[in-house]
Amino acid sequence: MSHHIVAVKHLRHVYADGTVALQDVSFTIHHGESVAIIGANGAGKSTLLLHLNGYLTPSAGEIRIGDFPLTRKTLPEIRRTVGMVFQDADDQLFMPTVFDDVAFGPFNLGLPVDEVKQRVGDVLAQVGAAHLQEKPPYHLSGGEKKRVAIATVLAMSPDILVMDEPTSGLDPYARRQLIGLLKDFRHTRIFTSHDLDMVLELCERTIVLHQGAVKADGPTREIFGDEALLAECRLEKPLSMQGCPVCGKGR
Amino acid sequence: MRRKGKRFDPDLLLTPPFSLLTPHSSLTMRSIDGAVLDLKKLDLLATGDSVVHRLDARAKVLTTLVFIITVVSFNRYAFTALFPFFIYPVVIAALANLPAGYIVRKILMVVPFALVVGMLNPIFDRELFVRLGPLAVTGGWLSCASIIIRTVLTVGAAVILVAVTGFLPVCQALERLGTPRTFTVQLLFLFRYIFVLTEEGARAARARELRACGRKGLGLASFGPLIGHLLIRTWLRAERVHMAMLARGFTGEFHSRRQSVFGWRELGYVAGWSALFVVFRLENAAQWLGGLFTGLLA
Repeated sequence: MSHHIVAVKHLRHVYADGTVALQDVSFTIHHGESVAIIGANGAGKSTLLLHLNGYLTPSAGEIRIGDFPLTRKTLPEIRRTVGMVFQDADDQLFMPTVFDDVAFGPFNLGLPVDEVKQRVGDVLAQVGAAHLQEKPPYHLSGGEKKRVAIATVLAMSPDILVMDEPTSGLDPYARRQLIGLLKDFRHTRIFTSHDLDMVLELCERTIVLHQGAVKADGPTREIFGDEALLAECRLEKPLSMQGCPVCGKGR
Repeated sequence: MRRKGKRFDPDLLLTPPFSLLTPHSSLTMRSIDGAVLDLKKLDLLATGDSVVHRLDARAKVLTTLVFIITVVSFNRYAFTALFPFFIYPVVIAALANLPAGYIVRKILMVVPFALVVGMLNPIFDRELFVRLGPLAVTGGWLSCASIIIRTVLTVGAAVILVAVTGFLPVCQALERLGTPRTFTVQLLFLFRYIFVLTEEGARAARARELRACGRKGLGLASFGPLIGHLLIRTWLRAERVHMAMLARGFTGEFHSRRQSVFGWRELGYVAGWSALFVVFRLENAAQWLGGLFTGLLA
């Protein structure tokens, strides 16, 4: 199925104040892949993600989602195809109740009320948040908010899921729950994260960004094995690949 | 399942995590946070399920409009003639199971403003109107009281409208009644922006206060940058919220799950109440009722 490909070619982005956030970024992600985009703070991860659903316009280069180039005309279709989960769930939840929030997207797609209700019920059950339906979003815990935020995106039935720091701010249990949930998805998935253990668990492929350019792109285990590369990009091995802090073994 | 006839418990908002303000937090911060939660609560009341809740929003908006117009159209010394109008907010609040204390508190918040408007009347308008035993009531006192009664009535009607309809459906109803969409969408964004602004404001105030070590901080000079920052931060946040809306296909239209049509029930609601308001406007029902009683007693 060629239409779930994400192709970024020579993407460059310069902010209005002159900051070059992305110099020249190219990669292709295929259907069903789970890819992590990692890098230090300011490496350009968030800027890159904002390009994927057309919120930012490239200064140069091209983005193709599936069979379409990202243009003004294809934007509505692409925004449905690419589901974006923001880092701060509070930015994503803005309606008075969880139901209204999850229904916001499907209503915008023009679905009839009964179908919207059905869909909202389904996706909330999928993320284990069916009981929260009538609650206002600000009454939820961080983990619940995250799951509802994911549900709001799933309700649009996207082909590609893009998540900015999905595990940030979650307690270990909520993080574990979320990783379990994300593992089950069959979508093409793109994550940015500093939680490298999560990356190791969820993504078979990793792209390392450094100062606005792709520094490395390959199998996750290989990349995390290259200590020189990690050090240069202000990263380090995931804890689970480091030696045991008590007995010192495993190095 | 909808909360059927269940009252919203105001104490819920005082339990953690909503009361989780730092121990150093001042009353102002508490009141900012509190006011926002209070507004959100008003929106939440609208998710209830009652005869009034189920009516088409347009019927409620129209009735409220007629109510407000008839109330404000009285001459400035109208006093007793206004009292029969209380039947409308009282009946609707009772039918919709609204928490009376909460609604009253919302209305009382506005009364001081009305008082400012009417406060000079007793000073300038000293014409004697009625003499109740030793008490001389001048025109000024009467018109001041009239302003307050009218405020309570109109603000009450507006608060109740939002509480039984929700802000979003009210805007949708306005649009379906012919208000230009640009206007209704602006109104909706304004409503959403209040939360964004106050949340950021409360955060900034907390950060400032925690570093002020109990003193008054750096005084007035520190407020300039604080407010500038607040503007930029709320701007950025509002942009992120907007981005999240765009990402989910927002095209300038808000939808609601409550699909309703303007049927006979709605027509009856609007016509019935409007007729009653017009009667109250033309006839002083309070006087008439009083006359009836005294007539009977005589």
